[in-house]
Amino acid sequence: MAESTPKIQILKGAEPDLSAATYQIHDESHTIGNALRWMLMKNPKVEFCGYSVPHPSENHINMRIQMYDGLSSLTALIQALKDLDDLCVTIDEEYGKSLQNDQYERWDEKS
Amino acid sequence: MASSSSSQLPSSVYNPRRHVGVHAERVSDVASTEFPGHYPGEDHSWSLARFKESLKVSVKRLSQRSIEFDLVGVDASIANAFRRILIAEVPTIAIEDVFVWNNTSVIHDEVLAQRLGLIPLNVDPALFEFRLPGDIPYDRNTLVFQLEVECSRGKKGEIINEYVTSGDLKWVPQGEQESVFGDMIPAATNKDIVIAKLRPGQIIHMELHAIKGVGKEHAKWNPVATATYRLHPLILLNPSKPVPPHLAQKFASCFSPGVIKVSSDGQVSVDERHLRKETMSREVLRHKEFEGCVELKRIRDWFIFSIESEGPYAPEALFPEAIKVMRGKIASIRSAAEALLADSQDLAGGAGAVASAPDADGDVEMGS
Repeated sequence: MAESTPKIQILKGAEPDLSAATYQIHDESHTIGNALRWMLMKNPKVEFCGYSVPHPSENHINMRIQMYDGLSSLTALIQALKDLDDLCVTIDEEYGKSLQNDQYERWDEKS
Repeated sequence: MASSSSSQLPSSVYNPRRHVGVHAERVSDVASTEFPGHYPGEDHSWSLARFKESLKVSVKRLSQRSIEFDLVGVDASIANAFRRILIAEVPTIAIEDVFVWNNTSVIHDEVLAQRLGLIPLNVDPALFEFRLPGDIPYDRNTLVFQLEVECSRGKKGEIINEYVTSGDLKWVPQGEQESVFGDMIPAATNKDIVIAKLRPGQIIHMELHAIKGVGKEHAKWNPVATATYRLHPLILLNPSKPVPPHLAQKFASCFSPGVIKVSSDGQVSVDERHLRKETMSREVLRHKEFEGCVELKRIRDWFIFSIESEGPYAPEALFPEAIKVMRGKIASIRSAAEALLADSQDLAGGAGAVASAPDADGDVEMGS
């Protein structure tokens, strides 16, 4: 079942130029939904962005994106994913640096 | 404790935009407002350079089982994504199939199987592939253990093998596993977990198959004991209404020890070095005499993460693992979105003109 459903689907009712569309992302939850929503809202060309988990026993999220100036919401989505990945890389690097260089308390914890 | 190394808070924590208000029976200003268009004349669009500048990650405490670190300068949605991934989507290995050859103990097979599944194993999940329903078990997706314990009475009347523990699990190498694992023998991380109790004459004999999985399917694949964050506390004293000196000790006792300093003449001040220890009990808000003297806040983008490992990962390795999973998710959505973009351009190209030539044009235009 999960294999046959595409990862992303554009739900019906989208503008033909995709300036406003709802994307159904399969096999994802609030984890990606909220983070991606935040990153899309950081884009000044995004008029509106919101997501929902339509039903707890359906394994997908709906991501609504509306753009200013008739721009494509799909390009905005891809850009947001790119930016989110950059963010992850940055956090990973900083964490690694802190773990290597910082002075922190090491203690013995009994299991 | 942990905070002793971090001397003073940066002055930017007093920026009221970063504050979440903590009141007696509610919280206020929970959501961030730093989005483009919210503040006229301010640019809050995403910028990696600005993010790098404001981001601060700093490890505070590390033991062989847990880690505490600060993640400063990210939105709650990002911190929460990592927390959720730690609990539900970082893979581990756990016992999934139990073949019971003999069980004359008082514990039912299904209860025993459930208990066995929950035993954390010390196997690095990176060495394994996922075994999806219908897949055939083989050496790269299945780990086999044997559990064979018989209880008997010794010569002096003592009971031998009264307790079946996780240490009784015997790994049975399959295929290339013996050379892959070398001297890292797969076993339970804790050998003293009691699985069942036996009486003389009772026997447990079963074969166990462990596979790779994630916590969202079953909690037995959860790699952490806990993964939580809290926001850094902040106490703001009102300079126009100081705490009366004769109540200073009472005021200080409303907070966690060490958070409020009382000078010899009864002046109270906040010890920033120990502020993170504040439990935010809100006790101070219960006393009429302190009304207006103090405001309790939390810093909205300062996350104090605390992760306890239970399973194969070292505590400091869990967070990078979560980031890896997050990037994997992003990559899979991104490739799907890019395929969708290519499709829609094909469609637009096909509708506008004939056949394939305009497609390539469209690709170049949108891609740049």
